[in-house]
Amino acid sequence: MKRYFIHRLLLLLPTLFGALSLVFLLVHLIPGDPVDVMLGETASGADKQELRRSLGLDQPLPTQYRNFLTKLASGDLGRSLFEQASVNQIIGQRLPATLELAFCAMIAALVISFPLAFIAARRPGGIADRGALLFSLLGLSLPNFWLGPLLMILFSIQLGWTPVSGRGGWLHVILPALTLGLGMAAILTRILRASLIQVARAEFVKTARAKGLSENQVWLKHMLRNALLSVVTIMSLQFGALLAGSLITETVFSWPGIGRLTVQAIQTRDYPLVQGCVLVIAVAYLLVNFFTDILYKLVDPRVSYGE
Amino acid sequence: MASKTWLYAGAAIVSLLILIALLAPAIAPHPPLRQNLANDLIAYSADHWLGTDKLGRDILSRTIYGARISLSVGFATVALSLAIGLAIGSLAGYLGGWVDLLLMRLVDILLAFPGILLAIAFTAVLGPGLDHVVLALCLIGWTGYARLVRGEIIALREREFIHAARALGANPKRVIARHLLPNLIAPLLIQATFGLAAAIIAEGSLSFLGLGVEPPTPSWGSMLNDGRQFLLVAPHLTTYPGLAIMITVFALNLVGDGLQERFQARSR
Repeated sequence: MKRYFIHRLLLLLPTLFGALSLVFLLVHLIPGDPVDVMLGETASGADKQELRRSLGLDQPLPTQYRNFLTKLASGDLGRSLFEQASVNQIIGQRLPATLELAFCAMIAALVISFPLAFIAARRPGGIADRGALLFSLLGLSLPNFWLGPLLMILFSIQLGWTPVSGRGGWLHVILPALTLGLGMAAILTRILRASLIQVARAEFVKTARAKGLSENQVWLKHMLRNALLSVVTIMSLQFGALLAGSLITETVFSWPGIGRLTVQAIQTRDYPLVQGCVLVIAVAYLLVNFFTDILYKLVDPRVSYGE
Repeated sequence: MASKTWLYAGAAIVSLLILIALLAPAIAPHPPLRQNLANDLIAYSADHWLGTDKLGRDILSRTIYGARISLSVGFATVALSLAIGLAIGSLAGYLGGWVDLLLMRLVDILLAFPGILLAIAFTAVLGPGLDHVVLALCLIGWTGYARLVRGEIIALREREFIHAARALGANPKRVIARHLLPNLIAPLLIQATFGLAAAIIAEGSLSFLGLGVEPPTPSWGSMLNDGRQFLLVAPHLTTYPGLAIMITVFALNLVGDGLQERFQARSR
């Protein structure tokens, strides 16, 4: 286990370093001078030069890169160009909203997919099964940027059941969570259904039935437990999709999270903020995948690396 | 699902959409850019079946022309990603060693970013425009094909027919092109079908954020973005382009699923 952990960590570090370098390069390749954006095109040359110097933008790119890494090592993501706050502070304020949304989206996905997968797997090929598969195909085909406005029209505008946008009480989170969670629900329904159908054929399930356990006990105690591993894997793999989806969903619902912040930072060319947001999302994504691998190894010791 | 029926249904819808895109100038009732401010935000009229937008442009015509943009971005992204992924995956899989290690670390670095995030950042660098959207989507798109090709080639390269080809003196290029690649057609076709669906959604997402196709060119994503501010008074502005994306992606998913089932059944 220790060897596996070290092996995975050694693979994670160059990937992380590569991702950081890519973000730095991308942000510094964005056309347009941030100083022009901050001061306006009419500012004097001396003012621009002074600001450029204070931001370290007059240094050659390799020096800026070294400064970036040095600051990053101490956890400093720089200062926003427009807001009087550090990037760390701004992201720290917005992150809870994204985590809340991602958590609620996961709950929504579980609540939708579990009953559907169970009903579908009870009679493979039956009407319910076909319905569940059709749902999962439709769920995968509905883009967030359309589903969000559709739900908004129906539930907020026509029926008036939920607020149109923003973050507040639990009513605010329902539509964004449904929008973000539907894609995951579609995938989970498919995977859980397939796992349950496969487990249903296993010998231990026949044994459980032969012992005289009720059908519900067989499904809940024996089959579900074995099918859960695939669910956990898919959910962690889908974490990246949730983060990516949050960019659109948060924009649609004006949800004050890191996804909307990233889009706004790109639109206003707030380079340090763009850099910080992209970094935080990429690092979170990498770490979730890393810990999933480790957890997976703990749960199933047969997993090995490199084959 | 009865895979054959769904596969054919999906293929029929996709073919129809391609036909609509190709024949757009002949079948669109109005020029997609023609404005008529006296007729703005109409929900329905005999002359405008799907209504008009804020500038009085015909929604049906713009949706029809939007198919051209969405499908061409999708096909171009898939073709370019496939070509890059095929080349890099073949090299990594066939040569192995440090070439494989380096190329696969590059894939890992790119996959460290959730799909659309890097595309958004990249289009911010390049600026909006159709070509830039395709490039941005290819930046991550090729990695999936490279991984697939590499994996398949590693599995195939130790098979007897490959050893035989090598023993007969075939050079690596010939072994890859004549013996390995024909075995990859089915899995690549499936991946390309799902890739096409993903590219269409991604183009829609970028245009929705204002980073994709530039106005006034009609794209389903940009039409949705335009319609967002009129959600209360003119929901039809978002309904039809959204429906078009959903039908296209749904049909492509049907085709992908159907091909996958057929391929798996054959290899069993």
